[in-house]
Amino acid sequence: MPTLEHNGSSFQVDEDGFLLTGMEEFNEDWIEYVSSVEGIEELTDEHRKVIDSLQEYYKKNGIAPMVRILSKTTGFPLKRIYELFPSGPGKGACKMAGLPKPTGCV
Amino acid sequence: MAKHETPLLDQLESGPWPSFVTDIKRQAEKKPECWDILGILELSFKERITHWKHGGIVGVFGYGGGIVGRYADVPERFPGVEHFHTIRVAQPSSKYYTSKNLRQLMNLWEKHGSGMTNFHGSTGDVILLGTRTENLEPFFWDLTHEMGQDLGGSGSNLRTPACCLGTSRCEWACYDTQEACHSLTMHYQDEIHRPAFPYKFKFKFSGCPNDCVAAIARSDVAVIGTWKDDIRIDQAAVKGYMANEFPANGGAFIGREWDAFDIQKEVIDLCPTNCMWMEDGELKIDDAECTRCMHCINVMPRALRPGAQGGASICVGAKAPILDGAQFATLILPFIPVTKDNDFEELIEFIESIWDWWMEIGKNRERVGETMQRVGLPTFLRAVGVEALPQHVKYPRENPYVFWNEEEVEGGFERDVQEFRARHAA
Ligand code: HEM
Ligand code: HEM
Ligand code: SF4
Ligand code: SF4
Repeated sequence: MPTLEHNGSSFQVDEDGFLLTGMEEFNEDWIEYVSSVEGIEELTDEHRKVIDSLQEYYKKNGIAPMVRILSKTTGFPLKRIYELFPSGPGKGACKMAGLPKPTGCV
Repeated sequence: MAKHETPLLDQLESGPWPSFVTDIKRQAEKKPECWDILGILELSFKERITHWKHGGIVGVFGYGGGIVGRYADVPERFPGVEHFHTIRVAQPSSKYYTSKNLRQLMNLWEKHGSGMTNFHGSTGDVILLGTRTENLEPFFWDLTHEMGQDLGGSGSNLRTPACCLGTSRCEWACYDTQEACHSLTMHYQDEIHRPAFPYKFKFKFSGCPNDCVAAIARSDVAVIGTWKDDIRIDQAAVKGYMANEFPANGGAFIGREWDAFDIQKEVIDLCPTNCMWMEDGELKIDDAECTRCMHCINVMPRALRPGAQGGASICVGAKAPILDGAQFATLILPFIPVTKDNDFEELIEFIESIWDWWMEIGKNRERVGETMQRVGLPTFLRAVGVEALPQHVKYPRENPYVFWNEEEVEGGFERDVQEFRARHAA
């Protein structure tokens, strides 16, 4: 699996750029790195809110929340989430939050 | 990329049916990475196991779906398919093309991908098979800017809708399936490109109960054409069939050892409701008893036509077996108009009543058909504002586990056991 360097931190990632060990390795350098590849120009408090909400839900439930629940907990409609994360909640926000790669009939 | 030995696949070049192996070899002359498609497939034939890794999340900015990521698990041996992502491209209604459009698309695909395709995926999309991550955005740019075409759907969203060819060249179409399919696809672009549902959701449109797009088996909302008034009979043409001037079933059984056409045996006796008969040399139909099964019309297309008042029946909930068993769609709306005149208002209203409910109540990865099973048909009908009808069931329930709402029961559910004991000692 590829190892990725950013600002002196190194990360183990899969082909799609998801953290292999998940939130354990997650840090500010990771956030900055994902911003640069997922089309995010400036990281705002709204981005942080989505990330926090995803991590909190994952720690509690062991799965990523459904889109509907993410919208409810953050108060952001899906449209806003795409404005924040152009690749969407799965490939964009979950990747940044260090959640495992979405699976299933994608 | 070099050729590989493919003794097993080579066997599939014999026989009369067009060989996909021959086709891939031909493409490999132009696109050498295609040798690796054959190489990795040969390995799978030999070892009887797939050589694609689990999953894959790739895409284009702005969309949450449309591309199925895929990586080889033996990339050192087959570098040409190290990345082998599939792009779903939205197809035109009923898949009519001009050679110009297809050439343009193929030129783009040879530039950005393997040149291999699937015409078409079961859901309907044009499937472009095999490209690398870094080619996705450039391909998407060209597709949208040069061709004005878009991606199809994937993920927990509205998938690409599809239709039978309808009024374009079928005399049985009871509404314009292509117009409906195209209009709703455009209307719901957001729902197609940005997954917002508990799970996937599909529409399919057939012009009549022959259901050439198999809507009843392959879509969460199946829109199946039918009619309200009487079957249109041309008695002279009926006589023509009886005199063997026209072949039955449009000639579908020519070449088989069947006797001369016998209207009694092949039509009247096969009508599922027994609502047809001959009287004074004329064919009669008791249309009130006709279930619009299409049989008589299919057998005598020159003599019988669907009625003039077309519309559609809406069936909901078809799905493949996972998780809790396969389902065909179940009838919910026996008849609604499906017309462009009011922008398909009835249909759109109904679909959104399902979504409003299912998006709230559907569990993660629960198809709407499973949600219906979980809550029960009566609850579903209330949720989408439909009055219960005899047509909603094939037969009534046989078990007596009938739930009553408290307000339907005189005196309600609050009872005092002391009061009961006063009348009936323990
Ligand atoms: C439990 C997992 C899955 C289930 C139950 C499932 C089920 C289905 C069903 C019911 C269809 C539609 C068939 C039709 O319309 O006739 C379909 C289509 C498809 N699925 Fe899956 N699938 C699963 C996983 C996957 C995965 C993991 C992939 C790819 C990595 C995948 C790729 C596809 C493709 C490419 C199509 C055709 C889509 C099209 O033609 O538009 N599926 N799947
Ligand atoms: C206060 C507690 C219960 C009462 C008053 C009760 C009463 C009854 C009655 C009157 C029947 C019908 C007998 C017949 O066919 O003539 C029955 C059947 C049955 N009960 Fe219960 N039951 C109770 C608790 C349970 C529990 C806790 C279970 C299982 C965990 C259970 C499982 C069954 C089963 C499997 C049948 C057979 C159903 C059938 O084959 O139709 N019951 N019960
Ligand atoms: S479903 Fe009916 S209307 Fe559509 S093509 Fe088939 S026979 Fe014709
Ligand atoms: S459509 Fe079917 S049910 Fe109706 S008259 Fe013809 S055969 Fe009978």
